[in-house]
Amino acid sequence: MNLLDWLDDRTGYRGLLRRALYEHIPGGARWRYIWGSTLTFAIFVQFVTGVVLWAAYSANAQGAWESVYFIQNQMLGGWIVRGIHHFMAQATIVLLVLHLMQVMIDGAYRAPREVNFWFGLLLLFLVLALSLTGYLLPWDQKGYWATKVATSIASMTPVVGPSMQQLLIGGAEYGHLTLTRFFALHAGVLPAAVVLLIVGHVYLFRRHGVTVPEGAEGAPDGNFWPDQVLKDGVASLIVMATVLGLVLWTGGAHLGAPADPTEPYSAARPEWYFLFLFQWLKYFPAGWEVIGAHVIPGLLVGVVAAMPIIGKWRLGHRFNLGFMFALLAGVGMLTWLANAQDAADPAFVEAKIEADERAARVEELAASPTGIPPEGGLALLRSDPLMQGPEIFAARCSSCHRFNGHDGLGDIPTDEPSASDLAGFGSRDWVRGLLDADRVASAEYFGGTDHARGRMVRFVQRGLAQLTDEERADLLPKVVMALSAEAGLPAQAEADAADAQTIGEGRTVMQSEPVNCVRCHLFRGVGADDDAPVLTGWGSREWMMGMIHDPTQDEYYGDNNDRMPSFGADEDLSEAEIGLVVDWLRGDWYEAPDGR
Amino acid sequence: MTDFHDDHGRSDGPAADIPPRRSFLARLGAIIVGTLAGLIPVGAGAAALLDPLRRGSRDTGMVRVTRLSALPVDGSPKKFTVQADRTDAWSTYADTPIGAVYLRRSDDAVIALNVVCPHAGCFVRLLADEGRFGCPCHNSSFDLDGEVNNASSPSPRAMDALAVEIRNGDEVWVRFQHFLPGRDEKVPV
Repeated sequence: MNLLDWLDDRTGYRGLLRRALYEHIPGGARWRYIWGSTLTFAIFVQFVTGVVLWAAYSANAQGAWESVYFIQNQMLGGWIVRGIHHFMAQATIVLLVLHLMQVMIDGAYRAPREVNFWFGLLLLFLVLALSLTGYLLPWDQKGYWATKVATSIASMTPVVGPSMQQLLIGGAEYGHLTLTRFFALHAGVLPAAVVLLIVGHVYLFRRHGVTVPEGAEGAPDGNFWPDQVLKDGVASLIVMATVLGLVLWTGGAHLGAPADPTEPYSAARPEWYFLFLFQWLKYFPAGWEVIGAHVIPGLLVGVVAAMPIIGKWRLGHRFNLGFMFALLAGVGMLTWLANAQDAADPAFVEAKIEADERAARVEELAASPTGIPPEGGLALLRSDPLMQGPEIFAARCSSCHRFNGHDGLGDIPTDEPSASDLAGFGSRDWVRGLLDADRVASAEYFGGTDHARGRMVRFVQRGLAQLTDEERADLLPKVVMALSAEAGLPAQAEADAADAQTIGEGRTVMQSEPVNCVRCHLFRGVGADDDAPVLTGWGSREWMMGMIHDPTQDEYYGDNNDRMPSFGADEDLSEAEIGLVVDWLRGDWYEAPDGR
Repeated sequence: MTDFHDDHGRSDGPAADIPPRRSFLARLGAIIVGTLAGLIPVGAGAAALLDPLRRGSRDTGMVRVTRLSALPVDGSPKKFTVQADRTDAWSTYADTPIGAVYLRRSDDAVIALNVVCPHAGCFVRLLADEGRFGCPCHNSSFDLDGEVNNASSPSPRAMDALAVEIRNGDEVWVRFQHFLPGRDEKVPV
């Protein structure tokens, strides 16, 4: 007795194998029987790639996006595994629908296969639930906002809704526990249920056998192995190749910017196979949400579940087929409408571009030498002048100041500006305009302020007017360069270095007649401290921080301060926030060397 | 050698030689003992899983958001981030962004609206050009006071107005709260 004989005696594995492989197929192997096997294959792929992703994924609000970023960008082959998982999830839905249609058309859902039909239906819902829970796990803006809508809809369920939502998301708001719970469902509960149901599904399928299509009854019988397995294998390979092709073609699954409850995400949409539900909800005005989100979908699913019973009646099968095709057509129609409306909505298109820019920016920062801090990817964005500067400027500065005429975010406030336009503050262009008699009292500079009638404006308009044309041509450019050099703007570093000599001359000009800035200002140790801002280091980070902290300090406007609030001294803005605005205004933020 | 020992160690139905009364007691005992054993992990598990239900609301009390001077005098709304301390399960964040509000002047008062759509929880955007708020998800539409201004709006109620106080002259304080989506009345989460 050899080892395999012994094993067979103790386990009976040969009999089991034989029963599994040499299943008798009346009418022979057929291409139309491949759907179940390709689905099993697709789910097998999801298990394999899922476990690999699981081995690198961290389910918490400060680790989810970060670990997915790592998988996607740094792990060897990570993007391919994630891409396959992403696209195979979609392929699974497609295959499920095709399998369902096959079963419907062949009438394979009717007696005695009712229970198996219900098992299949349950599997469909489990796969949809897997997709829904998986969408949140990267914890990016897209998944976050789309899932918020989904759980909000769950909370509308009469009576138990709010508790259900709270249990699902692990508390009153989204956070760590939302991820741990979704992950437990996605990688634990739901896959276990899928396996159980597939076992049951296959068992019942074997019990009842294939449904031989009409007209094929006379064909010679075949075996599962190898006739049908070959066909199933070919189909599975085609599915796999398609998915791999999609991964390579698209560059893999997309990863948006990290989830942020304070940052609008107007492009929030569910995965494409849920778009029909999303579109559907638009048609239910106030008071009808429960009808739209729960009652009608529930009834439709009820009809589908009842199809094996309906199919017993004379016209039942035709009704079922008609109903199923109408349902699919409706779903297709709604999906198309959702896409068409979004494409025609400029605000949506713009939101999508913004979202992509934000995602690209956080990837740029994450790939920087400093990398992702332990506080996570969101902290990168929140400490980035390029992203946060305009936000803070729009909220706190734009009620008086402008940035190139807008509020920093591109919107034009309705109130007239009452303080200078700060785009390019400290640059040579900006100083040139300040010293221009025609512009100094305009809205760009002091026009909206009390200083419009102050000494500086008077000096530019009258004092400088007394210069001869030669003096003007010789002295003013030097002053412009010298004062602007105080700011030390990163964008001007090269120009400042190249013009070092002229800048030195300009400093002397500033400290002597006829320009003589030091009559009112203190500049490099010379001059009066006369409630005019100190010009030493004017426009530098330190100078601007101090100005925004408290413009009523002696070094700034002192008692002459018009309306500028003391943002730092009054604790309206933290030093970090002031720093973000200053760095943004100064054009001082990280950029990848290759300009990516 | 036999092919497949299907019935090894198994038989169907009760053994004939056990008296019915003893069989009944054994069954009852098996059910009770089995249930008891099973209840312990299930009960403990259920308690842990249900824990989120006893987590309180996220009412942060009054939070200082900005100053009056930051609000446009013509009454157009502006978005502000709300910062407060926040505990998320095992992490506690000090003074962190927890959400956003639209603030606007209205006569002598300030109106504060939570940015979250009362329909399904999306981030409502301000459509300044059209003088209204619009939800980018299901197209709910609100006027600048947050009232629903379109009969086909899916939102069952106005945008959620939050309590506002002006303190120390010009500080705008807001009671930042969330409410259950998709219902007529405002029920704090």
